Amino acid sequence: MERPLTEHIRKDLRPLTLKEYEQAGGYQSVRKALKGMTPKDIQSVVKDSNLRGRGGAGFLTGLKWSFVPMDSTIETKYLIVNADEMEPGTFKDRLLLESAPHQLIEGMIVSAFAIQATISFVFLRWAYKEAANHIRFAIQEAYDAGYLGNDILGSGFNLEMHLHTGVGRYICGEETALLSSLEGKRATPRAKPPFPQVSGLFGKPTIVNNVETLCCIPHIVNKGADWFQKLSLTNDAGTKLFGVSGKVKTPGLWELPMGITMRELLEEYAGGMQDGLKFRGALPGGASTDFLVEEHLDVKMDYVSIAAAGSRLGTGTMIVLDDKTSVVGFVRNLMHFFAQESCGFCTPCREGIPWIEKILTSLEAGKGEGHDLHLLDFHTKYLGPGNTFCALAPGAMEPLQSALKYFRKDFEHYIAEEIQNTTHPLPATRKRLITDISKF
Amino acid sequence: MVLFIDNKPHEVPAGKNLLEACLTLGKDIPYFCWHPAMGSVGACRQCAVKVYKDENDQKGRLVMSCMEPVVNNQRISIEDHDAKEFREHVIEWLMTNHPHDCAVCDEGGSCHLQDMTVMSGHNYRNYNYKKRTYTNQYLGPFLNHEMNRCIQCYRCVRFYKDYAGGKDLDVFASKNNVYFGRAEDGILENEFSGNLAEVCPTGVFTDKTLKQHYTRKWDLTMAPSICQHCSVGCNTIAGERYGSLRMIANRYNGDVNGYFLCDRGRYGYEFVNAADRIRKPRIQQRETDREALLSNLSGLLNKPGVIGIGSPRASLQSNFVLKTLVGEHNFYHGVSDSEHDLAELAVKILREGTVRTPSTKEVEEADAVFILGEDITNTAPILALAVRQSVRQQPAALAEKANIPLWNDAAVKGVVQDKKGPLFIATLTTTKLDELATATYRATPECIARLGFAVAHALDNAAPAVADLSENLLVLAEQIAQALRTAKKPVIISGAGCESDAVMKAAANVAHALQKENKNTGLVYTMLECNSIGLAMMGGHRLHAAFNAVVNGHADTVIVLENDLYRHGRKSDVDAFLKACRNIIVLDHSMHATTQQAHVVIPAGTFAESDGILVNNEGRAQRFFQVYESKDMVRESWRWLLDIGTEAGNTRLSTWKNFEDITHAIATSEPLLQGIDQVTPPSQFRVAGQRIPRAPHRYSGRTSMQANINVSEPKPPEDPDSPLSYTMEGYRGMPPSSMIPFFWSPGWNSVQSVNKYQQEIGGALKGGDPGIRLLEPATTGTIKYFEGIPEAFKALEDHLLIMPMHHIFGSEELSARSPSVAQRIPKPYILLSMDDAVSMSLLENYILRFYIGRYEYSLPVKVSNAIPNGVAAVPYGLPEIPYTELPEWATTRAPKYLHTLTPTYTPKHQNT
Repeated sequence: MERPLTEHIRKDLRPLTLKEYEQAGGYQSVRKALKGMTPKDIQSVVKDSNLRGRGGAGFLTGLKWSFVPMDSTIETKYLIVNADEMEPGTFKDRLLLESAPHQLIEGMIVSAFAIQATISFVFLRWAYKEAANHIRFAIQEAYDAGYLGNDILGSGFNLEMHLHTGVGRYICGEETALLSSLEGKRATPRAKPPFPQVSGLFGKPTIVNNVETLCCIPHIVNKGADWFQKLSLTNDAGTKLFGVSGKVKTPGLWELPMGITMRELLEEYAGGMQDGLKFRGALPGGASTDFLVEEHLDVKMDYVSIAAAGSRLGTGTMIVLDDKTSVVGFVRNLMHFFAQESCGFCTPCREGIPWIEKILTSLEAGKGEGHDLHLLDFHTKYLGPGNTFCALAPGAMEPLQSALKYFRKDFEHYIAEEIQNTTHPLPATRKRLITDISKF
Repeated sequence: MVLFIDNKPHEVPAGKNLLEACLTLGKDIPYFCWHPAMGSVGACRQCAVKVYKDENDQKGRLVMSCMEPVVNNQRISIEDHDAKEFREHVIEWLMTNHPHDCAVCDEGGSCHLQDMTVMSGHNYRNYNYKKRTYTNQYLGPFLNHEMNRCIQCYRCVRFYKDYAGGKDLDVFASKNNVYFGRAEDGILENEFSGNLAEVCPTGVFTDKTLKQHYTRKWDLTMAPSICQHCSVGCNTIAGERYGSLRMIANRYNGDVNGYFLCDRGRYGYEFVNAADRIRKPRIQQRETDREALLSNLSGLLNKPGVIGIGSPRASLQSNFVLKTLVGEHNFYHGVSDSEHDLAELAVKILREGTVRTPSTKEVEEADAVFILGEDITNTAPILALAVRQSVRQQPAALAEKANIPLWNDAAVKGVVQDKKGPLFIATLTTTKLDELATATYRATPECIARLGFAVAHALDNAAPAVADLSENLLVLAEQIAQALRTAKKPVIISGAGCESDAVMKAAANVAHALQKENKNTGLVYTMLECNSIGLAMMGGHRLHAAFNAVVNGHADTVIVLENDLYRHGRKSDVDAFLKACRNIIVLDHSMHATTQQAHVVIPAGTFAESDGILVNNEGRAQRFFQVYESKDMVRESWRWLLDIGTEAGNTRLSTWKNFEDITHAIATSEPLLQGIDQVTPPSQFRVAGQRIPRAPHRYSGRTSMQANINVSEPKPPEDPDSPLSYTMEGYRGMPPSSMIPFFWSPGWNSVQSVNKYQQEIGGALKGGDPGIRLLEPATTGTIKYFEGIPEAFKALEDHLLIMPMHHIFGSEELSARSPSVAQRIPKPYILLSMDDAVSMSLLENYILRFYIGRYEYSLPVKVSNAIPNGVAAVPYGLPEIPYTELPEWATTRAPKYLHTLTPTYTPKHQNT
């Protein structure tokens, strides 16, 4: 089994030096791209490879790049790698950042060349201190070796690279909030359109890609689109870093072909559930994806198949729910995170998620009320995409709505039976006191 | 474009967003974060509607109407169940932490949040957890802060920072704990902070002066008024209860002030309620009654030798009646001779020149601005706010290129970033607008004029050239000329602030030169008082001629109209003049140095107790209406003068009975003021046979508010001068745009109800924006350039050229009497250049003693890097610094080492 992304990572996870990396074939793609290919060539090989963004949304990378204006009059374009990995349960980029920084830099150089960006940033989660050290060191090595800076390898192509460490806000992982933050403003997302490809950082065309996405680029350029497609067991190309957390025997992270089943991942790699525990469900792609349950265990882990099952591949890092863990507590814990990380800009997210957290907390405390579940349902209905300003709240609703779907009894369990049966949901039956505002 | 709303087709203009389009059509969609002047950001999610792909799409999708451009043949639904339910729940979310303290909240009854809550239908609270609470801040004398009421719409910071350029209000923290305030307690510094009370959709920021004599909006008697505190003439609403003026609010006028007022205009009103108001006539310091007064005066006035001194802060009507009473040859302007000449120059240039003077709205749309000599943030604040917006015009092209509609505020800012359109500022020292300027130039008026003349010459060779210009100035002049030449709508701004006709003439030359190539050129002159231009258009002699007339024995009786002569003439001159007068008759509302020396004092009405017309710096005649009849003997100056004239047997005055008669007389006998009788409908005007009520229909307590005095309800006063009634009785619908006493529409109790009065959202009022422009350029005139370029300024040894510094708070007489404004008045100082301070061995706050003529001044020193050497500036209009006509040379003695002293003056401000 080929593992292009992780094959050069040492057992002890120490990153390769530039020299070691070059000896292992590193920076070949930079030579190939800058000397023998046009930006258009790279864009088309990436498009042909069918690579989809590994940050969670799964948008086609080649398509995203194609929106960047390639008009030579544009002076500045930016390439940014989104290394603000902060989604609960997600720890895949960390491995690449800490242990293979040169692979990322290589991918960034080639990608920047493909869109003719001349300035690039690594937007790194503040808590990844070790990664910051390794990347800083690697960037310096790359500058010293002439892979960064002016006239890279005599090609005439210039690229600056900067490391920016955030201050620890989940919302900065949202690509437009990331841009606001990088500009020194409040980390508030921006409305789209305009898309960052047209008006991004400092109003200039900008591409923001995930770490893992960019790490795929050198391999695609070196070995071709067909090779990349064939790495996968299904139509969604490439390998993927899959992680498993929760009460399994051997939680961890593996690079595996796209399209292995959940069952394989859970049983062969994560060693199955811990003794005495049963599998109840899992968030297949991090905290903001819908639960899948036992019936879905044979679903293939790729974008299309997981979506067909009613969830999202997301970041590909699964959080497993067992039968001894409270579902309500599990979800409440996630809601606490999302409520705390709301940027406070739009109403439904800012006020809705804390309300959900309070309802769940009161359920756990045995103070549930009859219409609590209706209120939760209502929030899952209206905190959807388009209703809120960005994708944070819709993402937060995914575990909640699927938990209410698959584990509704667990929620009802917390509400005293007599209340359940006697209290009517208020929103449906109350009388309108004021019907005609023209009288006021 | 056609827009289908709930399956009915409507014609809507292109380029709008769905919310604007729907509101323009009169539809009700609740909203918070969107503001017509500030565009959309999509924060509150309140204005959701359904959009359908086509007529077969039954499901549709929710969108925020403020963030969606109108597309031709688009189908939307406001009434859709999901849209309504979502909007209702957005209110529910906003309300989870709102304190529901409407009963004790100043905003209650005029609260957008209340209106939108009712509109959305939300009426039952499902949230039953603890609310989060905040600590409030002290924000200075103008605004209360009550953060618990906040619904986080972000309007305040968007107005304060993005629109008005404020630095000290921000949004802090995150999630459901965001906080809008200052980094720490303290006075909000921005000159437009008071607008937060209107921009905030609920009661977080409320008017602190109103709180001191609080009245609900529905309990106010209100009238359309005009701000009296600078020459821009912003339209205001003035509200009264129990015989005292309670508040000033913005009255939308799309051409003049739009949605905003400055803090001088909003809070300057408190002088009306001052304890030292003149409320009874006095003869020789003794209070008297009307009959005694009139008979006394008719005796005095029947003798020859009576002169009248008018006022730039009194209405056209009062000035005109005085002029008629004393005769044209005996009517003098109550302003310094230089201000008199500058105002006449402005009128002459705007009438006889070829360049049109634009409205404030047009200044906002200018794409290149050149300011000569004027610190407009302090002399014409709303104009400065317009210039602030003008620098966004050129960069907006970037947004248009990226297909971003200009209402999409955050996206436009994202593309534009820090880019600004051309703005050039040539002033004596730093101004607040400098932060936006492409280039600034610090110089004396002579040198500013030289730069202006050089720009004009660079634009057109026919304009006179400037001799001996330095290389730097030539480059700057060329840069400015280039920017103005390539602009579509360039505007040149100058004014009376630096007391220099050369600067104003240079500005005229620049504008004339531009006008040759570009018919959209604008030329703005700001003046120092609310009716400076009106007075200049009426004609009259200089103040010194009045002094000479009396001192030389040609006259011995003077009638001074609403004027403190000590603010317009040197103390020695005024002293000598008043001493030589046998009879000094002063009509005014407030005590000052001149009234103190008067033999006869007549209680004149302030704007709140008067009707009148003012002409602003655009040449726009605008009417203010009496808000309430004074219970005392306070009357409009013109009414007193009519009565006095009639009593004295003046045949012309005795035929005029009311405001209308005077206004007609002005329109027929003053050639430059023709048409001012068309400013508002005549007093006989009625709608459906009814008057326009000054009080909202919910006004309470009318029958009982005097019951402690007498249980029988007095007959409400009748207004002989206007079609307004003093009660809530009258026509409930929309009045003509020039006499809107308050904005209200069913379901819209807050200021946002102005939507319903506009032809299209953010555009002109229905029926047109009020006011009549009297100054239009000559159509046939040939361009004539002013000659007479001054020599460059040369510093003199042991001398300083003293220049006036205008302050938004303090330089204007009436607003400075307002206790809230008084807290913002700077202490007296003299501003020196660093080099001059060093050469005189002065440090900050050291006292500099200097002499102008026979007068000694001593003021604490402020040091600046931005004022030219050999020049110093002192605040204009502060009572602690006796008036002298500036600029003026002062002499200094050898440097004195003095201890640091702080000024000992404490203002004597009172309030009822």
